[in-house]
Amino acid sequence: MLTGFPMPDFTDRNWLWFATAFYLTGFVLGTIALLRERRQSLAVTYAIVLAGFLIQTVGLYQRGLAVKGCPLGNTFEIFQFTAWSAIALYLVVGVTFRLSLLGYFTSLLSAVLTSVSLAIPAWDATRRVGAFGGNPWIEFHAALALFSYGVFALLALTSVMYLLQVFSLKKRHLHGVFAFLPSIRDLDHINLRLLTAGVAILSASLAVGSVYWLPDLDTVNLAKIITTLAVWAAYAVVLGLRLKAVLISKKFAWTCILLFAAALLSLQPVNSSRQPLSASPPAAASR
Amino acid sequence: MSDPAATFFLIGASHQTAPLQLRERLALTPDKLPSFHAALGALQGLREITVLNTCNRVEFYGVAESPAAVARLQETFCAFQGLPPDAFAAICRQAHGRAAIEHLLSVACGIESQMLGETEILGQVKDAYADAQTRRTTGPVLNRVFQKTFQYAKHVRTHTAINEGQISIANVAVDLALKIFGDLSSTRILLLGAGDIGEKTAKAFQSRGAASLTVASRTLGRAMELATAFNGTALPWQHVTEKLGDYSIVVGSTAAPDIVVSTADVTAAMKKRRAEPLFFIDLALPRDIDAAVAKLDNVFLYNLDDLAKIAEENLAARTAQVSHARQIVGEKAEAIWKQIEAQAS
Repeated sequence: MLTGFPMPDFTDRNWLWFATAFYLTGFVLGTIALLRERRQSLAVTYAIVLAGFLIQTVGLYQRGLAVKGCPLGNTFEIFQFTAWSAIALYLVVGVTFRLSLLGYFTSLLSAVLTSVSLAIPAWDATRRVGAFGGNPWIEFHAALALFSYGVFALLALTSVMYLLQVFSLKKRHLHGVFAFLPSIRDLDHINLRLLTAGVAILSASLAVGSVYWLPDLDTVNLAKIITTLAVWAAYAVVLGLRLKAVLISKKFAWTCILLFAAALLSLQPVNSSRQPLSASPPAAASR
Repeated sequence: MSDPAATFFLIGASHQTAPLQLRERLALTPDKLPSFHAALGALQGLREITVLNTCNRVEFYGVAESPAAVARLQETFCAFQGLPPDAFAAICRQAHGRAAIEHLLSVACGIESQMLGETEILGQVKDAYADAQTRRTTGPVLNRVFQKTFQYAKHVRTHTAINEGQISIANVAVDLALKIFGDLSSTRILLLGAGDIGEKTAKAFQSRGAASLTVASRTLGRAMELATAFNGTALPWQHVTEKLGDYSIVVGSTAAPDIVVSTADVTAAMKKRRAEPLFFIDLALPRDIDAAVAKLDNVFLYNLDDLAKIAEENLAARTAQVSHARQIVGEKAEAIWKQIEAQAS
């Protein structure tokens, strides 16, 4: 447990800024390498992203201690958790598939998500109180749902990489960033795996949540249910169409990107439909 | 050793100094090598020697007790090859000390190669050194020079883009296939026609691990002949269209006056391939593949001009790296030379 270690007296937001700095460093170093037409070392990228991930984990853990639960009570926390999930996935996928540039793009996405969430104080000014009614299963359901968003974030990234590679090959732009992109087939395979994983995790999340919704439908906001089920259904349909080879190649990649954008936008209505806002913002948690 | 600067030498000739008809006379064929090495062994004043003998160069790197010993080596080689000494002198490159090391390092890096930046030469230099070690003709100077050369050649290749990008049509095609399929171990290649460049490309794919090769030609006998040479299979010409979807890469190199593969053929083939991409390499003139197939989703088409342009761009990129590579080579040659001098003193 972190509480047993001598830790610097930083607030959770301090830690999260440090993590953002690491993600930005990964992105900047990757950009420099690409501008020099050099391949960025996978090990270096991985180490920087891992350091950022560990620091972000400390920040989120501290926030979790302060709010006595999973930190998913406002837009700031949701963006942070989504970025954290995407990075966690990259740390597994990156080692397993060694997709070049995935670390670079993940650093970029996480840097954007975390820095935007940190730069807008209003997103962290208030938070939902008792968001999960003290029920660890509902908390688990929410964490799983957001983790699946992390998977879909990574899927959107690999879809962007796929489109860049197709553009590169079709338009004969083979140098610069294009020279280091993974192959079309590798990206297609990883896209399918990520989509399958994302749908499975979101399904599990909904299954856990439904145990509590179904017996007590009156307490659940209809907008939230519809939005969540729509996101799940959309991804499930896309998975079905991809497996049947009806939706493939560029159309599939574009769909994954647009769906993730829509899923991100849906977070706001889902979040605002939950319990009322706390009267005061959470104190910047320190150790 | 008294004065390594005077005794470490290089003599030889290469594509840069000698035309092809002379290089043919210089080449030490495998049947000649044992007797030539025996002749070298009998030379007075030759302390160490390594022979770098490739299709484009014959070079001797060695340590001699005096310039006279180097001259004797030159005479022996000319006599052995039946070459007039004057003719060899006109094409011979000679260097001593640091300059000889710099040349060896440049050769090992591929800077001096006919195909700039090619990597095969480093293996050939390693083989030459290994051969010399087996014959026990290396000593403290050559051991240090060659071992450091291997180390620094790798450094130059890592720190410059001297060997990046392919510069032959066949290898450019293979590189593009790798960008589409990742690896070729599960790719099936269909070669249409039996053109020379198509054959070379098919060979390049096979050498990079393509799963299988099928040859289709209007003359089944010719297709079978080529398929046998490639350890592949032959496909009757009339089945090409219906079987198109079974292949990942199609290489067109027929002499047909009209289009051989139409957009409709490819559209039908893509239904069979589901989500798998299809890569066409059209090396034929007139072209074999309808240019409109490039607009189809998941279909990639490159013709001869496209591949040649990429090869030219890659060569230009390599050429732009030469001065940087030479700068590193100069620094590293200086470092090796200082070590040799320190070792001698």
